[in-house]
Amino acid sequence: MNRVSLTGVLCMALLLAACGGKNDASGDEAITVPKDPFPSTYTAYPNVAVFISNATIIDGTGAKIENGSLLLVDGKVSAIGKDIEAPADAKKIDASGRWVTPGIIDNHSHLGAYPSPGVSSLSDGNEISAPVTAEVWVEHSVWPQDPGFTRALAGGITSLQILPGSANLFGGRGVVLKNVPSRTVQGMKFPGAPYTLKMACGENPKRVYGYGGGRFPGGAPYSRMGNVAGYRAAWIQATDYKRKWDKYEKEGGDAPTRDLELDTLKGVLDGDILVHMHCYRADEMAQVMDISKEFGYKVTAFHHAVESYKIADKLAEYGACSSMWADWWGFKMEAYDGIKENIPLVHKAGACAIVHSDSEVGIQRLNQEAAKAWADGKKVGINISEEEAWQWLSLNPAKSLGIDTKTGSLVPGKMADVVIWSGNPFSVYSKADQVYIDGALMYDRSDATRRPVSDFELGQPGEGDLK
Amino acid sequence: MSARHIASLIAVVASLVLPVAAQPVAIVGGKVWTGTRQGTVPSAVVVIDNGRVVSVNKAGSPVPLDATVIDAGGKWVTPGLIAAFSRTGIVEVDAEETTDDTSAGKSDYSVALDAADGFNPDATAIAVTRVEGITRIVVAPEASSNLFAGQGFVADTTGAVGTEIDRKAFVLISLGEHGASLAGGSRPAAWAQLRAALDDAKAYPGRYLASNEGTALDRVDAAALAPAARGQQLILIEANKASDLNAIMDFAAANSDLDIAIVGADEGWRVAPRLAKSGIPVIVDAFSNLPASFERLGATGENAARLKAAGVTVAIAAISDGTHNARLAMQIAGNAVANGLSHDDAMDALTTAPAAIFGLQGLGVIGPGSRADIVVWDGDPLEVTSNPDVVMIDGEVQSMVTRQSQLRDRYLKLDERERPLAYVKP
Repeated sequence: MNRVSLTGVLCMALLLAACGGKNDASGDEAITVPKDPFPSTYTAYPNVAVFISNATIIDGTGAKIENGSLLLVDGKVSAIGKDIEAPADAKKIDASGRWVTPGIIDNHSHLGAYPSPGVSSLSDGNEISAPVTAEVWVEHSVWPQDPGFTRALAGGITSLQILPGSANLFGGRGVVLKNVPSRTVQGMKFPGAPYTLKMACGENPKRVYGYGGGRFPGGAPYSRMGNVAGYRAAWIQATDYKRKWDKYEKEGGDAPTRDLELDTLKGVLDGDILVHMHCYRADEMAQVMDISKEFGYKVTAFHHAVESYKIADKLAEYGACSSMWADWWGFKMEAYDGIKENIPLVHKAGACAIVHSDSEVGIQRLNQEAAKAWADGKKVGINISEEEAWQWLSLNPAKSLGIDTKTGSLVPGKMADVVIWSGNPFSVYSKADQVYIDGALMYDRSDATRRPVSDFELGQPGEGDLK
Repeated sequence: MSARHIASLIAVVASLVLPVAAQPVAIVGGKVWTGTRQGTVPSAVVVIDNGRVVSVNKAGSPVPLDATVIDAGGKWVTPGLIAAFSRTGIVEVDAEETTDDTSAGKSDYSVALDAADGFNPDATAIAVTRVEGITRIVVAPEASSNLFAGQGFVADTTGAVGTEIDRKAFVLISLGEHGASLAGGSRPAAWAQLRAALDDAKAYPGRYLASNEGTALDRVDAAALAPAARGQQLILIEANKASDLNAIMDFAAANSDLDIAIVGADEGWRVAPRLAKSGIPVIVDAFSNLPASFERLGATGENAARLKAAGVTVAIAAISDGTHNARLAMQIAGNAVANGLSHDDAMDALTTAPAAIFGLQGLGVIGPGSRADIVVWDGDPLEVTSNPDVVMIDGEVQSMVTRQSQLRDRYLKLDERERPLAYVKP
């Protein structure tokens, strides 16, 4: 039995749903690449109808409702507005003085892959063995017992993207999770979310490879031009691979030999996998946009994007999101030109702005990071309302992850991913009181039974403490 | 606000930069948090002359006729904030070794490494830190060859070429996991090194008459540790785990002449009553609430509040990001308030507490005779949406221009139809 037919047998035995089953000219079962070999097992936890009234509601689409009501039924947003009737069986929450928003979505996290505690045996975020490791999938590194997930939940995070690190030109596949505690990663995976691919510009790949400090054999890339050559060479291979598969799918014959790395790159060229690219400098982002045009794919979001403000017009025209910090800067040369008004300047140019964390600390208060950027913009005359700015925290990251039709705003029919805040979430003093995911109450600050504790923290100092 | 308005505001501020003994300044109408027994004065007149505060009185009190008036109506006025633990001004870009003077793992010396020798008043982070309301920075070296990081200092954030530096304000020692690793691989190794070094320093110079080598320190490092070993200089110790904090308190009890403070103290709340009794102050980072390592398993955002409630002197700093973002201390303090600390105690943690820990006379308060480090804010200083409008150091109104504000103003309008943006020089 050769490798190809083995794949075919496995495919038929294990993955019928994913394998399709069209016959080729010879009558044999056609070989296809399984698209979802580690399927989500997440389903919403039990919920009751919830009626939240007298709240200041930011709906996530850019609107605000004073003294509004929100009805959650069957895990979905059922109704939102000022004049909604509370169903008799709904749990009623008087949110006077409190604010309600869509759950925050962080599209740049390494939780689980670089978990707490930060010991070497749990550090699984960078497969630095080669500059192109599109074959690795970060979900295979994610440790669901990372206590960081519970802290993020307390900060109102309802969905998040876990990415591989930025050592490599192609770091591997990212994964989108619902922020629900689970024994397995599959139990957290956002149902139906597309896969993503992490790529990286700039200093990190050339430092890790060319100047690997003796840890690695050395070799390309040593330079930014080496980086670009590395991307292009990989896309040339991927284009060839895709051509072979397209031909096979159309004409039959011998199936191409599968290649895990090229499967992922082909997924990008097919439009199934979204590219998320770590890129600080404006000039490099401009070049990456050209590379994407050369090979016929799209960069969905530039991450860190510390210099997006310099080319916000070009980013708007191209249609890429920028995932940014409010105020990180200076830790390396490509972060040297960081400014506090980056996020509002990108927004002002009509480009897609996102507040991201890249940090187990920052993910706990992305609302405050947005607030800082919002205020700094205002200080220089960029007047954006709070409700518009909230798009940086939920709808725009949802768009960047291909889940915006399902979550990211409080629109009837969407997932009931909701945070009730003790006050205005643009204040440092406000905290998430309750967090609903698919309508289920997954976090309640005032109720210890609704505050998850990871396995790691059981039996340790401070177990179950308010954090 | 348009770019032109910013330019005119900058011009106004620039016009206020006065030589110290020129004429008095009055800050009128602000809500003044004094840090003294005067508490918060809802609407006050603060008179400043000769770099010092002359008086803090209720609104309506007389303003000297020749005073330059700063209108603080509807604004907050606080003492200049103190970054209680930072590496600001000794690094330009962390990842570029040539610009980083925080540590020297290959040096023959450790205690004798004086961070002030690496201070660069032109470091871009200084202005960036100043315009956020921080007027004084405590700057620490980083331990790298053994558990002794070296000598730390205190500086103002004027960025003046001749910035006056309070050198050798403290000796920094790393214990816990980091110190254990540097000392040879274990906590026992760290304590053996610390005790032997202290013994050397106490015996300095006698022990070194015949030789340059002591038990643990050579002559140069022993001389550098001697003041601290005799209780004449603050010893700042990095540690987080409750058992490490207890070991430090045992050590302090056995060496009662030493002046000790702790930085980190993530599990401080677990030994808070004893810390209070020992009189050892702590500098904490209230963002730390994860078991980031096995010495921080009990970390919680309520640490600052619990320590304060027990009677410990608590300063707050951005410990983990002190090279470029010492300015996050205010947000961190605001989060400590959200986790149970009172607003006044959080303000103390950024002003009077670090002033007390580092012996900074006349700083951290606004009162008659205090040094006129004063900030006028457009809102609550701990609120993430607030920013300073005026920053004054020793009576001089400071520039609010930074390299970052210049970059921002250059790129406010992405219009290159006439000429490249490189010709826009804000």
